[in-house]
Amino acid sequence: MDRVMGLAGQNALVIFSNSSCCMCHSIKRLFGELGAHATVYELDQDSRGKETEKALVRLLGRSSPLPAVFIGGKLVGSSNEVMSLHLKADPTRASKSHLIMLLKEARAIWL
Amino acid sequence: MGSKKEGTGVMPSFAPPSLATQSLGKEGSHIHSTHVSEFGVLEQSIVFRLKDAVDHPGRNPVFNSKSSGQAVASDSLQFVHFNKAVASADITPRVGSQRLPQEKGQQPNTVSSNHFDKWGESTMADTSPRTDDTSTDVDTDEKNQRFEAGQSNFIAASDSNDRSKTGDQKTLRRLAQNREAARKSRLRKKAYVQQLESSRLKLNQLEQELQRARQQGIFISSSGDQSHSMSGNGALAFDIEYSRWLEEHNRQVNELRVAVNSHAGDGELQSIVDSVIAHYDDIFRLKGVAAKADVFHILSGMWKTPAERCFMWLGGFRSSELLKLLVSHLEPLTEQQLMGICNLQQSSQQAEDALSQGMEALQQSLAETLAGSLGPSGSSGNVANYMGQMAMAMGKLGTLEGFLRQADNLRQQTLQQMHRILTTRQSARALLAINDYFSRLRALSSLWLARPRE
Repeated sequence: MDRVMGLAGQNALVIFSNSSCCMCHSIKRLFGELGAHATVYELDQDSRGKETEKALVRLLGRSSPLPAVFIGGKLVGSSNEVMSLHLKADPTRASKSHLIMLLKEARAIWL
Repeated sequence: MGSKKEGTGVMPSFAPPSLATQSLGKEGSHIHSTHVSEFGVLEQSIVFRLKDAVDHPGRNPVFNSKSSGQAVASDSLQFVHFNKAVASADITPRVGSQRLPQEKGQQPNTVSSNHFDKWGESTMADTSPRTDDTSTDVDTDEKNQRFEAGQSNFIAASDSNDRSKTGDQKTLRRLAQNREAARKSRLRKKAYVQQLESSRLKLNQLEQELQRARQQGIFISSSGDQSHSMSGNGALAFDIEYSRWLEEHNRQVNELRVAVNSHAGDGELQSIVDSVIAHYDDIFRLKGVAAKADVFHILSGMWKTPAERCFMWLGGFRSSELLKLLVSHLEPLTEQQLMGICNLQQSSQQAEDALSQGMEALQQSLAETLAGSLGPSGSSGNVANYMGQMAMAMGKLGTLEGFLRQADNLRQQTLQQMHRILTTRQSARALLAINDYFSRLRALSSLWLARPRE
């Protein structure tokens, strides 16, 4: 857990992923489309991947936690939460979506 | 036929040769003298005689002979005498075993009684050589003639055997019971055949209806396509649920249309709009459940009409397309609203693209996995390889459900966000427009299917 939170805090946009997972691929593509720079950890290629994944299972409360997305060090959720946030409007109306607003605040996107 | 002539003047063509001559007795033991080799034929003809006797007591469908034209007066007693002997399982073999040429080395009475016991007891016609009533009647006359002549021999023979009165009474009772049993059996068979006929008619009717319904573009799932009963249940159950959902949806939309056209108040409109959107949530939930049982069925879109299916995306409509259509119908929109709808459309488009790319990656990954197992077969290493790769492919297929879920989530979120951006009246008109669009798409399917072809 410490490792998870440690890594998550190091960058504006952190994605814990699996190289063979296609939903992870979708989420990575979405952030790419938005122009956000993501720091991706492929847990299947990570030496401590298994324990990290276990920690994420506990954190997200899901048996398959990947992709796990952190923005500004805070947990956003998995693909469901990310997509829902993107469809939600920015309450400040400064950005095109709530997700983009979060990304901007964390400086994951440059205007 | 009738190779054994034991002194009778008249030789029945079907009957066992020794029947007419022996002392028949009230036990009807003459059946035992059946020539075993002709038994099969005898059985068949006897069955018809049984029925005929019950139906036509006026005739004497027992053994007869071509050579004798003598018609015997109605005497069902003799026939039933024979019948009872045949049907009862407790025929004493004493007479038969003495006389009968045991070619097959078995008690013919046992064989016969077993056969006719089955017939007497069964409600089905399967022990009868034929299930068609008409053929029985057709053959009746010819066979009756042959029986009638032989009948006279029995009458003569039995008269010469005078038993005690109690014996007669017992016999009479048994004969009556036999008559009754035979009659009931006959009625049962008739009822069964009638049932078959009416079922056949009904089946024809249903097939015609199905054909008509198919032409109208209504999806009818054919259960024969489902190889796995579980998936059959999932798909079929969902189809039924969907059609119910659609019915209710149309009803609600009509209610909304009436309210909008009658310039109902915002409060009333809001409540109807809320229920329509909540009802949409129902179908997304149902799809989720059905996807767990049969993801391919949902993805295939077989539960939609052809035109809908053609333009389907990941198991449903494409949100961004829908919003594009709506913008023109929703004017006048405030600038904020317009921006909101445009942003929603763009976000939706981006999310859809991301999911589409994920699906493409899945397909490629699956192809690589399956292709990886190709190669020279035979070695055990390859078999293990094959199994491993199949397992991996199975795992990948499992992610399909996740994609479908995300796609439905997009659709659901689009509807809800749209509702938030728009006013009540605008939302009402938007929902009507959406419904109109899909109704036309469904109508297009019907028209297309019913179009005249050259």
